[in-house]
Amino acid sequence: MRPEVALPVLLPLLSGAISLMFWRSRPMQRFIAVAGNVVLFVVSLWLFVAVLEDGYITIQMGSWPAPFGITLVADMLSAVMILLTGIIGLAMGIYSLATTGRGHEKFGYYPLMHLLLAGVAGAFLTGDIFNLYVWFEVMLVASFALLTLGGERAQMEGAIKYVTLNLLASVIFLTAVGLLYGTVGSLNMADIALRMDEAEHSGMVEVLAVMFMVAFGIKAAAFPLFFWLPASYHTPPVAVSALFAGLLTKVGVYSLFRVFTLIFDQTMGYLQDIMLWGAVLTMVTGVLGAAAQYEFRRILSFHIVSQIGYMILGLALYTPLAIAGGVFAIMHNIIVKTNLFLISRITHRLQGTYQLKKMGGLYRERPWLAVAFFISAFSLAGIPPLSGFFAKFVLVRAGFEAKAYVATGIALAVGLMTLYSMVKIWNEVFWKALPEENQVPETPTPTGDDGRLLKPSLWMMYLPVVVLAMMSLLIGVFAEPIMLVMNQIGDQLMTPSGYIEAVLGASASAEAALLDPIEIQAERVDDRLEETP
Amino acid sequence: MEPLMALAIGLLYATAIFMMLRRSIVKLVIGLMLLSNAANLLIFTTAGMTRGAPPLIPEGMMQPLGDVADPLPQAVVLTAIVIAFGVLAFAVVLIRRAYEIVKADDLDKMKDTDT
Repeated sequence: MRPEVALPVLLPLLSGAISLMFWRSRPMQRFIAVAGNVVLFVVSLWLFVAVLEDGYITIQMGSWPAPFGITLVADMLSAVMILLTGIIGLAMGIYSLATTGRGHEKFGYYPLMHLLLAGVAGAFLTGDIFNLYVWFEVMLVASFALLTLGGERAQMEGAIKYVTLNLLASVIFLTAVGLLYGTVGSLNMADIALRMDEAEHSGMVEVLAVMFMVAFGIKAAAFPLFFWLPASYHTPPVAVSALFAGLLTKVGVYSLFRVFTLIFDQTMGYLQDIMLWGAVLTMVTGVLGAAAQYEFRRILSFHIVSQIGYMILGLALYTPLAIAGGVFAIMHNIIVKTNLFLISRITHRLQGTYQLKKMGGLYRERPWLAVAFFISAFSLAGIPPLSGFFAKFVLVRAGFEAKAYVATGIALAVGLMTLYSMVKIWNEVFWKALPEENQVPETPTPTGDDGRLLKPSLWMMYLPVVVLAMMSLLIGVFAEPIMLVMNQIGDQLMTPSGYIEAVLGASASAEAALLDPIEIQAERVDDRLEETP
Repeated sequence: MEPLMALAIGLLYATAIFMMLRRSIVKLVIGLMLLSNAANLLIFTTAGMTRGAPPLIPEGMMQPLGDVADPLPQAVVLTAIVIAFGVLAFAVVLIRRAYEIVKADDLDKMKDTDT
C-alpha cells in the first residue's frame, strides 16, 4: 500500500469538502485554501521523491487486481506533473487571498479551486482511460463554475465558447473510449497497450488514434482547435486565469503524451507528420495572434497557444530526447505562464487597466516587480540562463537530430516573435513614461475583482510572484539535475513495457493468460463488429 | 439489432452536429444533449449486445452458465449519463444567464471577446 499515490487526489477532494462545510465562514475557507494546498504541496513532494527512488508506483483502488479495477499509476511524468500542480496550487491559494472579491468567495470560489486541483491530480495519476474521462469532467465542471463566477457579459460570452468546445471534446473522447473498448475489450491503459500490440492493425486503430488526437488537441488548444482559449481565458478574475493557464491545457498535453506513447505507439509513424505540422502551426498562429494584441491578458492567452506548440513538437519528434524537451517545456511553461498572469493582476492593481497603451512607468515605480516580470517574460522567450532556454535548447537539438530542420527552424523563429511580444509589454508597461491622460492617483484604491475595496495586502500578491520567478531562474541554473529527471521521463515513455509491467505485474503475459474469458468476449465483439455492415 | 442501433446512433450524431452549427444558443444546448446521448448509445452498442443474459452467477456456482452480457460498458454508460446530466444542467443555466445578460440568443451577437 503506497498512500502517496492516492493522496494528491484525495487531499484536494477533502479540502474541498471541508471548505463546503464552512460555506458561511469566509475566514475558515481562506484558512483551508492555504492549509489544504500546503499539505497538497508536501504530499506532491513526497510522491516525487518516492518515484525518484522507485521509478514506478502503482496502487489498485479497492484492491481489485489490475485490469479489472481502477489503477493509480505514478511514473516520473505523473510525479513531475503532480509536483507542479502542488506548486501552482499553493501559489494560487496564497494569491487568491489578496485578489478574490468577497462576492466570489461567498459563492464558493475556494471549494471550486480545491475540486479543480483534485480533477487535475486525478487526470495525472489515473491508469484507466475511462477514469481519465471522469477526472477530465471533474476538472471541467469546476472550471466552468470558476469561469462564470461574477457573471459579467464578457465572462458569459467566453464561457459559452469554452463550455461548448470542451464538451464537444469530451464527447469525442468518450466516443473514442467506447470504440476502443469495443475493439480491445479493456479500459486499463496498460492492458489496452498490451492488447493493442497483439491485435492486428486495422483501420479502426488509426481512426481511434485520430479521435484521441482531436479530443486532446481541443483540450490542449492545439491548432486548429484553439479558438476557445483566447476567447475565454482573459475574462475571469486573474487568479482563475492563472490557474487555468498553468494547469488545464497542460492536462490535455499530458494526455496526448500518455496515450500516444503508451497505447498508440505503433500508429505514431502514421500520425507523426500531422502532429508535427500541427505543432508548428500552433506555435506560429499563437505568436502571430499575440503580436496583434494590446491587452495584457490577451497577449498572454495567445502565448499559451504558442507554447503548447513546443510541447507537442516534443511529442511529434518522438525520440527520448525530444520527449524530455517537451516535458521540460511543460514544466517551464506552467511556472512562467502562471507567474505572468499573476504579474498582470499586480500591474492592474497599480494602474487600474490591462490596456498596454494606458500603462507605463512601472520600472521607476516598482523596480522589483519589473525584475520579476523581466525574468518570467524573457524565460518565456528562451533567453539563457532562464528555464525557457533549456527547454528550447533540448527541443531544437532533438529536432536537428531527427532531421526535422524546417520545423525546428520555425520553432526558433517563433522564439524571436515571442521575444518581440514580451519586449512590447516591457516597453509599454515598465519602460515608457505613464501617458499624460492616465495619471493614476498617488495611492490607487485597491479593489477586488468584484469592485469592492480590499485591505492593502500587496505582499500576498508579491510572494507567489517572487517565488515563481526565482524558480524559473533556479531551473535555469540547475538545469543539469532537472535534465536527468527529464531524460528518465523520456526513456520511461519510449519504453512502455516498464509501465505495463508496473501495472499488470512482472509477468504481464502470464496475467494475460488468466484473462482468457474476457479475451474471448472481446473477440466475439470483434466478430460482431465485422458482421455489422 | 446492431445495424439498426448503428443507424440510430449515426442519425443522432448528425442531428446533434447540425443543431450545434445553428446560431441559436438554445439549439446549441439541444445539440450538446443529443451528442452526449449518441455517445452513450455508442458505448452500449460497440461493447456487443447480448439479449436476455444478465451477468449473474447462479447461487452455489463459481462462474456464470454460458455467455453473459458484459456488465462493464453498462457501468460506464451509467457513469457517463450522470456526468452528462450534471454538465448539461450547468449548460442550461449558463445559456439562461447569458441570455439575460447579453439579451440575445444569437451566437453571432456574442463576439465581444473574439478579437
